[in-house]
Formats: sequence, structure tokens, C-alpha cells
Amino acid sequence: MSLLSVENVTRRFGSLIAVDNVSMTVEPGELRAVIGPNGAGKTTFFNLISGFLQPTSGRIEFDGADITWMLPARRVWRGIARTFQITEVFPELSVRENLRIAVEVASGYRLRPWISRAAAAEIAARIDELLAMGGIAGVAHRLVGELSHGDQRACEIMMALALKPRLLLLDEPTAGMGDQETYNTTQLIRRLHRDQSLTVVLIEHDMRVIFHLADRITVLAEGAVLAEGTPPEIAANAAVQAAYLGQAA
Amino acid sequence: MNSRAKRAADIGVWVVLITMPYWMTLIGGYTELGSRVIVLGLAAMALNFLLGFTGVLSFGHAAYFGLSAYGVGMTIHYLVPSTPLAFLIGVTVGTAAAALIGPLIIRLRGVYFAMVTIAFGQVFYFIAFRWNSVTGGDDGLTGWRRVPIDLHFTTINILGNDKAFYYLALIVFAASAAVMAWLLRSPFGRTLLAIRENERRGRFLGIPVDRHIWMSWVISCFFVSVAGALYALLNNFIDPRALRWDQSGDFVIMAVLGGMRVFWGPLIGAAIFVVLQDYLSSQTENWMSLIGLFFVLVVLFFPRGVLGLVRRRAAS
Repeated sequence: MSLLSVENVTRRFGSLIAVDNVSMTVEPGELRAVIGPNGAGKTTFFNLISGFLQPTSGRIEFDGADITWMLPARRVWRGIARTFQITEVFPELSVRENLRIAVEVASGYRLRPWISRAAAAEIAARIDELLAMGGIAGVAHRLVGELSHGDQRACEIMMALALKPRLLLLDEPTAGMGDQETYNTTQLIRRLHRDQSLTVVLIEHDMRVIFHLADRITVLAEGAVLAEGTPPEIAANAAVQAAYLGQAA
Repeated sequence: MNSRAKRAADIGVWVVLITMPYWMTLIGGYTELGSRVIVLGLAAMALNFLLGFTGVLSFGHAAYFGLSAYGVGMTIHYLVPSTPLAFLIGVTVGTAAAALIGPLIIRLRGVYFAMVTIAFGQVFYFIAFRWNSVTGGDDGLTGWRRVPIDLHFTTINILGNDKAFYYLALIVFAASAAVMAWLLRSPFGRTLLAIRENERRGRFLGIPVDRHIWMSWVISCFFVSVAGALYALLNNFIDPRALRWDQSGDFVIMAVLGGMRVFWGPLIGAAIFVVLQDYLSSQTENWMSLIGLFFVLVVLFFPRGVLGLVRRRAAS
């Protein structure tokens, strides 16, 4: 059974159709890239899956359950975590505190006025594990707002990962990064995908990243699905080339 | 600020508060002034639980402060002459009103939240102002006094002895401050910081943001109700101005003046406010414009408040 199944989803903003009758299924363990020219509706599509927006029509299922109208927090509880195109972290808290909040919420402690020593130790161990995995242990005590763009991104991805998601949505994880940072982030995503067989859907512009990572690619253009297939299939697709190069198809 | 400096600050605050009635008179103050500082300081700290540590600005906290104060006054005046019972009823009334109004306002953000809290506050103000036969209307509710507390083996004479009342208020203040500090250091408190820092990130970490804001609002209003109950007992009097929007504004001024990112900030702000008010109002009728000027200067030059400045010096 598919982990994520999007059926004929449309989202309008007034007369603009941002997402136009899109269907897509993602299998467990898959790494799917969503690409398309600017304004193709990629981020809106992500917002519909994560619950930031509701669709005008259509249906979204996650692990067999209808989540079309579910609140964002409930989708998180079911296992959907996301990052944003513009990094969303807690800038005035340290990296450790950022992760601590994510781990505590994920452990079901969000309403606790106290936690036991044992639980606190467990949380600290989990934070250390995430810090090491994300390569940000060296900046654990710095305020996130003071870090480099790449480290802030890594922190955001690790916060999403702290939620132990079954589906991770990454919105342009390497946007605005230099070559080295892009490489590091790509390696990080690859490790998470391989080692934990995590299902990932990512929006990306950098073709090197996409062809390096993706199992399958979905191409959106003007809100609709233009093509879907493996990276070699997409590279050879005439309609995709036309959309990207602006030629008449 | 490191943890040692924080501990030193905590100890300093408690030493000053515990010894205050003994040196207050030496520098031209009086015990009741000290009581005002801790009662209004508690109100400002309660407001700051929501403002400084959840990032939500309420301009209507005086409503719950005043409701609780009326609850105390009316209980003693109409029902039973018992200070503890009046205190319990007052706090319950203030908190219950906040809990019921909460769901209507927690979806609002920023200035909209502030405006609607003012509006609800003014509703209670006008009720107290108009309902002469019960509340005493504009003249306030008179004809009652706080009652000495009978503990069977002994009696605490909070009526005749200003110091006894001060220490009773300080015990309530200490318990309230301890609970607030403890909550802020808990996983629940960290979800509130998360909402303050970045609501969107909080929501997508799985925090049901509106529900947590409601809880923070109720906790904040509970402690402002505690302060309101003490305020009524302190004055042996209550009038509609305690419910009015400008009283809410005073709480915000105290929090911002002292520093809303620092736990003790609002207490320092309240101390400055109360002492300035006491001194200036004996000099001029227009004391509020001088406080206003002082406030503007602080906001312009020390945007993080008086304690925010101290903290920055200590860090650099």
C-alpha cells in the first residue's frame, strides 16, 4: 500500500489555480523529488500535504487514513514532518534547546509540568544522537540565529527528524547554499534515506542534487503534473525539456 | 547570563523582599508601599507569563485582576467575613471568566488579540461601573475590611498589622513565582517558548498551538487573579478603575519597563512604577505624563527593559 496518496487535488486562490488536479502516490522507503519551474505550485502542493493549506477539492490519504482536512499538529502526530523553503527554527534558542523541544514533543511530554531524571537523560541522549547525525554537535550551545545558513538548515532537518517521521517533506533543502554545504546536505539526506529507509519527498531546483538522490521525479508545471518517472526517463522527456527551456512543445 | 549569576539574582531578589519592611521606612517609604510593589509585581509577572514567555500581548488583564478583587470584596461584604474564603472565591471567579473567554480569543494574533482583550475587559468595567446597587458603581465597593485570619491556635492580625499583611502577601507571591518559574522550566514551558519564538515551527513540530496559548492564558489569568485578590485585601476597597483598560496598560508598562524576557523583569518594573507613582503623585497632578516620558525613554534606549540592559552588560 502507498504511504502517501494524493488524489485529484486542486487548490485555487481566487481565480488563480495554484495546484490543478494533481495526483501522486509515494511508496514506503521511496525518495521522490518534485521539480518544476518557478510558480509551478510545488510549495502549495507541499502545504496541502502538510496541512498548512486545505485543498479546494480532492483527497489526500496518509497510510490509509484520510488527512485532507486534518490539522497540521495531528498530521505530525501521524508521522508527517516538514521543513520550509525559508528555514523555520527558534532563532533565539540554542541548537540544543531547539532539538530538545522537538524531542520532548515527539516523546509525548508537551503537557508535562515536570519530567523524571530518567526521562530527561533519555531525551539528552536522543539530542546528542541527532546532533551527531546532523553534524552540528560542534555548535550545540550556540544560538541558532547566529549560525551559518547551512547549519541552520541542518538544525531544521534534525528537528523534523526528531519527530521520528514516516514521511519527511523537504522544501528546497539546499536553496541558497554554496557547493560544500549543498554536498553536505545531500549526503545527510542520502544517509537518512538509506540508513533508516525513511520516505522522503523533496522539492529541489539543483539538478545535481535531484539526480544524485531521487528514485522517482514528479514534474509540475503551471500547477499540473507534466511528467513522472525515474531520473533517466525525466531527463529524456521532451515535454520537460520544453517546460524548462521555454521552447514550444 | 550564566547560572551562577542567575542564582545570585534570585537570592538578591528574595533578600530584598524579605527584609523590605525593615528598611523601607528608613528611606522614606512605608510598609504598604512594599505590599503594593509585590502585589502589582505579581500581576505584571503573571501578564509576562503570557507576554514575555508565550509571545502573546494581552491588554485586558485588569479585567481578571479586577473581577477577582470584586469577588473578594463582595464575598466579605455580602457573604462571610472570611479572608481565605474570599480569596478563594475571588481567584476562582477571575480564572473561570478567563477560561470561558479564552476559546473566543485564542485564534487571534498580535494587535487583534490585544484589541479583543481590551473589549472584553471594558465589558466588565462597565458592569462594575453601572451596577450601583451591587458593586457600588463609580464610588467603588466600601464598607468591608480584610478579616484577621483565625488559625484556631493563633490569629494572624493582617488587619491591624501592616507587616503581617506584607508577609502574608509575600508568601502568596513566593508560591506564585515558584510555580511560574517551575512551569517555564518544564517541557510544557518550553512549548510556550517555542510558540513565542516561531509559531509556525511549533505547529509543525506537532504542538497544538491554539490549545497551548489557551493554557498559558488561563495560567496567566489565574496568577493575575491571585494578585487582584491581594490588591482588594491590601486596599480594603475596590473600584471599577481596577478593571479598566488603563490598569491593563499599567501592567504592560511594568513588564516592558523591567524587561519582559527576564523572569524578575516585571517585578523590577513594578517597583519603579509604584515608587515613581508614589513620589511623583505627591508632587504633581500630572504624574502620569512623567511616567509616560520615562517609559518612552526606556523603550527608546533600552528596548529590552532595565533588566535586559543589566543582563547584556553582564554578557559582554
